[in-house]
Amino acid sequence: MKAVITVLGQDKIGITAAITKVLAETQVNILDISQTIMQNLFTMVMLVDLTKLNCEFSRLGELLEEAGKKLGVEVRLQREEIFTSMHRI
Amino acid sequence: MFNVNDVLETISMIAQENLDIRTITMGISLRDCASDSAKIACQKIYDKICRYSQNLVKTGEDIERDFGIPIINKRISVTPIALIAESSDTKDYSVFAKTMEDAAKSVGVNFIGGFSALVHKGYTKGDRLLIKAIPEALSTTERVCSSVNVATTRAGINMDAVREMGLVIKECAEKTKDQDAVACSKLVVFANVPEDNPFMAGAFHGVGEPECVINVGVSGPGVVAHVLKKLKGADLGTVAETIKKTAFKITRMGQLVAQEASSRLNVPFGIVDLSLAPTPAIGDSVAHILEAMGFEKCGAHGTTAALALLNDAVKKGGVMASSYVGGLSGAFIPVSEDAGMIEAAMCGALSIEKLEAMTCVCSVGLDMIAIPGDTPASTISAIIADEAAIGVVNHKTTAVRIIPVPGKKEGDVVEYGGLFGKAPIMRVNPFSSEEFINRGGRIPAPLQSLKN
Repeated sequence: MKAVITVLGQDKIGITAAITKVLAETQVNILDISQTIMQNLFTMVMLVDLTKLNCEFSRLGELLEEAGKKLGVEVRLQREEIFTSMHRI
Repeated sequence: MFNVNDVLETISMIAQENLDIRTITMGISLRDCASDSAKIACQKIYDKICRYSQNLVKTGEDIERDFGIPIINKRISVTPIALIAESSDTKDYSVFAKTMEDAAKSVGVNFIGGFSALVHKGYTKGDRLLIKAIPEALSTTERVCSSVNVATTRAGINMDAVREMGLVIKECAEKTKDQDAVACSKLVVFANVPEDNPFMAGAFHGVGEPECVINVGVSGPGVVAHVLKKLKGADLGTVAETIKKTAFKITRMGQLVAQEASSRLNVPFGIVDLSLAPTPAIGDSVAHILEAMGFEKCGAHGTTAALALLNDAVKKGGVMASSYVGGLSGAFIPVSEDAGMIEAAMCGALSIEKLEAMTCVCSVGLDMIAIPGDTPASTISAIIADEAAIGVVNHKTTAVRIIPVPGKKEGDVVEYGGLFGKAPIMRVNPFSSEEFINRGGRIPAPLQSLKN
């Protein structure tokens, strides 16, 4: 199963590190990362593979949200199908 | 890899523009629950609803979390109760409503639809008893919704039923006068009712439907309004094209959720309903879409044309996005549930007559309209007759969900809260229709050719 993680918020040092730390601990493989600053907003979109995920999907969501809260950024974990179904025919 | 802009577009639709799945509705057939003992029938109904839908709410919540898309309501529709209750020995059908209420509470859904009868050509014994029980049923339950179909294009309009529904609506209002006639908000009078509608209060599980089915209703007026705001000055062809594309994206989400729910619950996928369903929340209004096309207020002359464009474009975009489309599929224009409609009605831009004209080009009808409590039953029947005529002649679904609020008069405002919102009491034409309504009988089915 693949999912998309999006991180949005004020740019600061350590955002990527904090998020990827959670992913490493939960055995999530990053397939692609795109990171940019859009209208002063730190924007990171990651495509990840969850085949080896060592916890529940919902738990991963909580861990990412917690990590985001500490940094003051919004983190979302969503199954990739929602994006493929909306934007690809 | 994804286009970052696509990902962000989806997220902003959900987070800022109120895109959501309005409802996952499980349709359950109760045809095998009939019994000559009302007690046994009720037991069978309760057991069956609970057995089929025990995982509905949890599955909805799981999907919500996995995809990050809010699913506002999980609901149930059942076979019209008149068909099931008819075989039983009781004359008081409100016991069936209580059973539905208990089952709904037990599985945790907020509404259950199907306390219904289909009487477009005439009544059976069960239809009569069910309609008689509606005021009691809706005033003693919270979650049960009722609907009655009084007309179809093929059968014409059953004016006896139209007359009776005026009286039933008045009685519902009277029985819940302490709660501003809330029972009326759970009762819909239809013409050409669809059998697979997932939206309340008019949902029921039609007789041509399978044993159990999942129908999904999407919502996204905010998303459409948002894209239109960026199109200031563009010609209407461009407007239609943009709405189509947006409707496509919204509906794809509904299709995904419907398929996912159907496979997780192991229940066949029925339809996605393409309706643009507003809520009282700011930024979730159909009236604001119309205003974004260039009106000072919804209800100004030209609103009907704009609504026709909107409704058609939503369908064109949605149809390609889903494998099966059904239900009501159009733009809803409920007054109390739409912030823009409320404003328009309060400032006098929107009248019942204008709303009636608007229902000629969109689903669904005069919806959630509060009127003075002293409106005669015959006038309510006449309003129903007008709507039914529009539906029957134009081969479309129309409906009336109207609330004569006891003790309130034109200009007052009634607060319902939640999804039902608040309703300004609208002006009703004071001249009598009583003699016409008292004639009764049937208006014959209209001619299908020589169209003009």
